[in-house]
Amino acid sequence: MILFLILAFLSVVFSLLVVTQRNVVHSAMALAATLFIIAVLFLTLDAPMLGVLQILIYAGAIMILILFVIMLLNPMSVEARPAAWWTLGSLGAGALFLQLAGLLHRPAVFAEAAVPASFGGPESIAQSLFTDFALPFEVASVLLLVAIIGAVVLAQRQR
Amino acid sequence: MMLDLAIVAAKAFLVLFMVLNLAGVLGWVERKGSALIQDRIGANRASVFGFAGLGLVNTLLADPIKMLTKEDFIPAHGDRLLHTLAPCLALFPALVTFAVIPFGDVLVVGGREINLQVANLNIGILYIFAMASLSVYGIVIGAWASNNKFSLLGGVRGAAQMVSYEIAMGLSVIGIIMVYGTLEPQAMVRAQGELLWGWLPAWGVVRQPLAFLLFFTAAVAETKRLPFDAPEGESEIVAGYHVEYSGGKFLMFFAGEFAEVVTAAGLVTTLFFGGWQVPYLLRDGFHFPWGGALPLAPLAVTILQVAAFTIKALFFCWLQIILRWTLPRFRYDQIMRLGWKMLLPAALVNLFLTAVWIVVRRPA
Repeated sequence: MILFLILAFLSVVFSLLVVTQRNVVHSAMALAATLFIIAVLFLTLDAPMLGVLQILIYAGAIMILILFVIMLLNPMSVEARPAAWWTLGSLGAGALFLQLAGLLHRPAVFAEAAVPASFGGPESIAQSLFTDFALPFEVASVLLLVAIIGAVVLAQRQR
Repeated sequence: MMLDLAIVAAKAFLVLFMVLNLAGVLGWVERKGSALIQDRIGANRASVFGFAGLGLVNTLLADPIKMLTKEDFIPAHGDRLLHTLAPCLALFPALVTFAVIPFGDVLVVGGREINLQVANLNIGILYIFAMASLSVYGIVIGAWASNNKFSLLGGVRGAAQMVSYEIAMGLSVIGIIMVYGTLEPQAMVRAQGELLWGWLPAWGVVRQPLAFLLFFTAAVAETKRLPFDAPEGESEIVAGYHVEYSGGKFLMFFAGEFAEVVTAAGLVTTLFFGGWQVPYLLRDGFHFPWGGALPLAPLAVTILQVAAFTIKALFFCWLQIILRWTLPRFRYDQIMRLGWKMLLPAALVNLFLTAVWIVVRRPA
């Protein structure tokens, strides 16, 4: 519980840094740190596979590509955003927070759930991915394929 | 409880100590080896009170002292915080990856079983890739924080190269995972102790020869050493991503590179060359396929296993150094072509053939 509180506090601090930093690269690094802390949170919740995949995919691949793009474009600081965006964003975040806060009233949220030994392991994840969720899995693959083809088409047009 | 903690701490310390020291020794081996290859004398200037006889010891002492006492320079318009953070980010992944590499079988001391591996994760292979994917940060952040065109170019090159070769690396290992049916390094090494046709050890290189070539190539590319050192590219972009680094921070980049070499050697040994397996050596001694056995004490078996792992890993360290001084640097587009148009399709073909083989061989 103490570990959870520390990790939760750190993740909130780094998420705040993501939006408050003026420097884009600092924001990106804060985001990478947030993703890393959330991965550690998964490790403490008996889901090591999810935690490692979180590092591998989000911190290791997606954030690197974001940094790559930042370095190619090199915007030294973000231009001031219009106030309307701040209001809209704050409203959206507030609505999400209220939704989650409603869940916290239920005592079942804090009850210790019974976790089977194979929970979160590669076998159980693969089992549900290729049986119960086979269709969404394939749809997601097609979606990624479409994105790849779209990227190639866009890159070709510029020549 | 306390004893368990002490054992884990001792193992972690031992592995870190070995990797860091081997990284230092490799720095000397590389300089001396390059001198031998290029017919020079080389690396004989460091002397303690006029005595230069112990080249290794002298260089090992002189290099870090020189580096640590040099001025630590941060470029005027660079980013102080990230410039300092980057070398740590470069060194960290190379050191923690070794945690899941087993360097011996279970050692039984006084009824207590000690697994000769720092952390026995059941998803160890995924952990290795997760840590390898983090090693890009050090280069990218260091390159950006230096506020230098050359270092930025090096950083962009490095990021593109490492992300590209990670894909080929991951796909080549999936074949191995399918053959042995586990993501756990220790279980994978145990499975490599089996014998094919009663005499051939079922090492990864025997089961998956193509995957070994792909993995080793990708692993060399991940260490950013010749022939894949475009991110540094001395003749084009001075020193690439670490051009603005000096003193202790440069030492960390330098040590990180050699730690990556050691880790890559450990990985190749674990995945493809049977890790700590010695052919025909079981827990109670040798059992030769031509009959005959040589019983050994458990401690002797463990020592042999750790020695086997060390020798194999050292061989691959040496091979990487020889490669570095034998091959010229690839051009950047050649690196990209090799990664995406040759290694990646070859890894996919290997994956497909392995899958077909497993389905065909499966008992109906």
